[in-house]
Amino acid sequence: MSFVPEAAQHLETAAIKTERDVATARRAASRAMDAIGARAVAKARFVTAVSEVARNALIHGGGGRLAVHADERAVYVICADDGPGIDDVDAALKDGFSTSDSLGKGLGGAQRLAARFEIETSPKGTTIRMASA
Amino acid sequence: MSDAASLFKVNGVLLVAIREDIDDTDIVDLQDRLSNAVNDEAVDGVVIDISALEIVDTFVGRVLGQLAKIAHLLSSDTYVVGMRPAVAMTLVELGMTLPEMRTALDVDQAMRRIREGE
Repeated sequence: MSFVPEAAQHLETAAIKTERDVATARRAASRAMDAIGARAVAKARFVTAVSEVARNALIHGGGGRLAVHADERAVYVICADDGPGIDDVDAALKDGFSTSDSLGKGLGGAQRLAARFEIETSPKGTTIRMASA
Repeated sequence: MSDAASLFKVNGVLLVAIREDIDDTDIVDLQDRLSNAVNDEAVDGVVIDISALEIVDTFVGRVLGQLAKIAHLLSSDTYVVGMRPAVAMTLVELGMTLPEMRTALDVDQAMRRIREGE
C-alpha cells in the first residue's frame, strides 16, 4: 500500500534550493491544511514539521523537492533530496543530534509533530513521507 | 528582505514586529539589525511581536532565543509577545521551551513590565 492514498489529489510540488524555498514549501503545506479545513493546532503542528524536513533537505541533502497531496481527511507530504543520505537514522531522530548547527531537534521534532512519519535513506538520497492525520 | 520586520523606538523601548513570511536569511539579518539598534540607540528594552507568525520551527525558535540573549547581554530587557497558542503547543512538543526568553501576552503588558523593572 502506498503512503499517499490513491484518491488523494496532488496539489503542488515545490523545489527546495534556497532558504526562501523552505518558506515556500511551508506556505504550500499551510494552503493545503486550510483547504482540508484543519484546525489551528493541527495546522501549526504539521506546517512546522514540513518546515523542519524542508530545511533538512536543503542543509543536509543539498536541496530537493517537496510534493503536497491531500484528500478529505489529511495532507500528505513527500520530501526528497539527492544528498548523501543519513548514516544513522535512529541517532538523527533523537533530540540533540545534529551534524550542523541546528540544535538537532528538527527531524525528531518533525516525527513527533506529524501523525505519520516515514523515512527512507540511502547514499543516493533521503525521502521523508508525512501525513497530517 | 529589509522589510521582513519593522523596528520602531517608542518611549525608549525598541518594538520589533516580525512579518508573517520571514525566512531563514531574513531572521539572521534581523539579528544583526536588532543588536546594532540596541547598542546604538541605548534602549531600555526590546519587545518582539511574533503574532504574525503562524508557526515557529526549531530554526526561528533558536534565533529568537539568541536575540533575547544578545539583547540581555547588551543590558536590555527583552520580551516576546503575541505568541499564538498553537505555536506555544508546537514549541513544547519540539522540546523548545526557550528558558532565556521572557514572554508577555501583548505589547502593553511587556511595556509595563519593562517600565516596572527600571
